[in-house]
Amino acid sequence: MGSTYLLQQLLTGISLGGAYALIAVGYSMVYGILMLINFAHADIFMMAGYFMIFSFAAMPWPVAIVVVILGTILLGVTIEKVAYKPLRSAPRMSIMISAIGMSYLLQNLATYLFSALPQAYPAIPGLKKLIKLGDLNSSMVTFVTPIITIILVVLLMMLLKRTKIGMAMRAVSKDYDTAKLMGIKINQIISLTFVIGSALAAIGSILYFTDRMSVTPFSGTLLGLKCFVAAVLGGIGSVPGAVIGGFIIGITETTLIAMGYSTFSSAFTFLILIIILMVRPTGLLGETLTEKV
Amino acid sequence: MRVKNPKHTWYSILLALVILAATIYLEFNRSKYGMAVSVIQKSLIFAVVAVAMNLLNGFTGLFSLGQAGFMAIGAYATAMLTIPVERMEAVYYMSGVVPWLMSLKRALSVLPEPVLIIIAMLIGGMIAGLFAFLIGIPVLRLKSDYLAIATLGFAEIVRGIISAPQLDQFTNGSYGLKNIPGFGSNSLSFMPDGFGVLLVPLFASTILIGFIVLVINSSYGRAFKAIREDEIAAEAMGINLLKHKQMSFVLSSFVTAIAGGMLAMFMRSIEPRAFSTIITYDILLIVVIGGLGSITGSVLGAFVVTFAKDWFLRFFDVPLIIGGFQVPFLRIGFRMVIFSILLMVVVLFYRRGLMGNSEFTWHGFFNLFRRRLKRPEVMAETSGGSMSPIIIAPGRDQAPAPLIPDPPGGEPEEEADEEAADE
Repeated sequence: MGSTYLLQQLLTGISLGGAYALIAVGYSMVYGILMLINFAHADIFMMAGYFMIFSFAAMPWPVAIVVVILGTILLGVTIEKVAYKPLRSAPRMSIMISAIGMSYLLQNLATYLFSALPQAYPAIPGLKKLIKLGDLNSSMVTFVTPIITIILVVLLMMLLKRTKIGMAMRAVSKDYDTAKLMGIKINQIISLTFVIGSALAAIGSILYFTDRMSVTPFSGTLLGLKCFVAAVLGGIGSVPGAVIGGFIIGITETTLIAMGYSTFSSAFTFLILIIILMVRPTGLLGETLTEKV
Repeated sequence: MRVKNPKHTWYSILLALVILAATIYLEFNRSKYGMAVSVIQKSLIFAVVAVAMNLLNGFTGLFSLGQAGFMAIGAYATAMLTIPVERMEAVYYMSGVVPWLMSLKRALSVLPEPVLIIIAMLIGGMIAGLFAFLIGIPVLRLKSDYLAIATLGFAEIVRGIISAPQLDQFTNGSYGLKNIPGFGSNSLSFMPDGFGVLLVPLFASTILIGFIVLVINSSYGRAFKAIREDEIAAEAMGINLLKHKQMSFVLSSFVTAIAGGMLAMFMRSIEPRAFSTIITYDILLIVVIGGLGSITGSVLGAFVVTFAKDWFLRFFDVPLIIGGFQVPFLRIGFRMVIFSILLMVVVLFYRRGLMGNSEFTWHGFFNLFRRRLKRPEVMAETSGGSMSPIIIAPGRDQAPAPLIPDPPGGEPEEEADEEAADE
C-alpha cells in the first residue's frame, strides 16, 4: 500500500465527490428557496440515467447528452409545477409528503417501465478510455468529473453573483415574502431553480453512471441521501458549501471502501450528519437563522 | 362538549362483538378463506404501524421516515430469538451461528413459546426505542425536516448493516431468516392446533393501538397536539418540547418495532430486502389516505389500502387478453404506479384523506346517511366549505385549530373498530 495506491484512491474519491457535489447543489438550492427537501431529486437523477440509455440507442452521443439534459430539466420543472406549486400555501408537512409521493411515483414508474433489473449504461466514447498519468491509472471520466464540476459551479456562482436574475434568486432565498413584495416573480425564480438543479443532476448522472455502468429504479435512494447530507454538511442553501460537502463525503466514502469497510461507508455518512447536526447545525458555510415568532 | 349518547356505547359494544364473531368464524373456516385471512393479518399489522406513524406525523407534527428500519429491528429481534433452537443450524447453513446467541437461545428455551415471542418482541421494541432515543438527542432540537432525513438514513443503514457479510453469523446477512414461528403454530396446549391465526394478531393490534389511543387522550397527548399546532406557543405554555418530542418518537418506534416482529411472524421468513424504503412509503400512503391525525382513519386506511393492494387490484399486474386484444398497461408493476398516483391525488386534492383529523363517531356516522338522504336541500351549504368529499364528523373539521390543549375528557370520541374490542 504505497503512496500511489493512496493517490489513486484519492482521485477516485474526488471524482465521486464531484458527482455528489453536482446533485447536492440541487438539494441545497431548492431547500434554500422553498425550505423543502426535494425527495424526488434523487429519482430525477435516476430517471436521467434511463433517459441516457434510451436516447443513446436512438441518436449520436453528443445529441443524446443534450436530449438527456433537456429531458431531465423538463421532468424537474414538471414535478415542481404539478406537485409543489399547488401546495405553496399548504402546511409544510403536506409539501414534504407530496415530495415523497413524487419520489414513490418515479420509483414505481421506473420499475413498471424498465423493470427492477439493472439496465446497462451506455459507454460514451472517450469517457471510458484508460488514462495513465505518471503512476496513476484511471478512466477518463475519473479525471474529467472534478474538472466539469468545478467549471459548472464557477459558472453557477457567477450567475448568482453577477446577474440580475441571480440577485433575485439570492433575494428569494434570503426572504421569500419580502422578495415577493419587491416585485420579484417568485414562480419564475423557483422554476429556474429547478431548471438549474435538474440540469446539474443530469450531468451528474452521466458522470456517475458512466463509472457504475448500470441503472436500477433504486439507484437514487441512497445516493440522494448522501448528497443531502453533503448539502447539510456544507451549509444548506449555500452552493459552495454543497460542493465542499460533496467532496468531503465522496473522499471519506472512498477511503472507507479502500480500507475494507464498504458496508459501513453509508453508516459513516449518517454519522457525519449526526455529528454536524450536534456540533454545527448550520453546516460549514451556512448562516445562523433564528426563528421569529 | 357533546354528551355521550348511551345508545352509541351499545352500538360500539355491538360492533366489537360483531368483529369478534366474524373473526372467530374466519378462524374456524380459515382453510376456505385463506386469502382473506392473510390479508386481514397484514392489514392488522399495518394498522399498528400506521397508527404509530400517525402518532408522530399527525399528532406531534414530527416527520419520521424510519419505519422500515424500526420494523427491521423488531422483525430480526423476534426472528433470531424465536426460531427453534434445533432449526438454527439449518437456517444459518452458510456461516454458522454466533456462539453467544446460541447459548442465549438455549437459556431462553425453557420458556413456553408464547412467552418467548412476547419477550422477543419487547426486546426488539426496546432496541428500536433506544435507537430512536439516541437519534432524537441531536436531531429533535432542530427543525423536523432533519428528523425525516436522519430517520430515512437510519433505515437504510439498518438494512445495510443487517445484510453486511461481516454479520453473517448474527443476522445471516442477505440469506435472510427462515422457520420463524407463525401466528397459528404457537398455540397454547388447551387450544386446537393452528388456532389463533387471526385472533392473536387481532388481540395484539388492539392492545397496541389501544395503548397509543390512551397516550393520545392523556395529558401527554394534548401536549403533543399543542406542539403540532404551534411549537413556540406550546413552549410558552410550559411544555418541555424536547422531552415530549423524544417521548412521542421513542414510543412510536417502540410500537413500530413490535409490529415489525408481528410482520416477521406473518411472513415466516424475512430478508433485508423486505425492509426497504418502499415499505415506509406504503405506510405513509396508508396514513395519508386515512387522514393525518385520525387513529380510526389510519386503521381504516390500513384495511382499505391492504385489501386493495394485495387482493382486489391484483389484476392490474396480470396481463389480460380479451378476444385476442391485449388490454394496454396491465403488466407487473402497474398496480404500484396506480397507488403512487392515488397518493399524489390525495395529497394534492383531498388533503384531509378519508377522515381528516376527526375520529369515527356514531353521531358522525349517522349524519353521513342523514345528509345523503336530504342531499338536495343541504347541497348549498355543504358544497362551499370543505375540500374532502367524505367527511365523517362535520363541524369539527373546520374549527380553528386550538392553541391550548383540550380540557381533560373533552374529546367527544368513542373508540371504533379495533379499539372497541377492549372496552
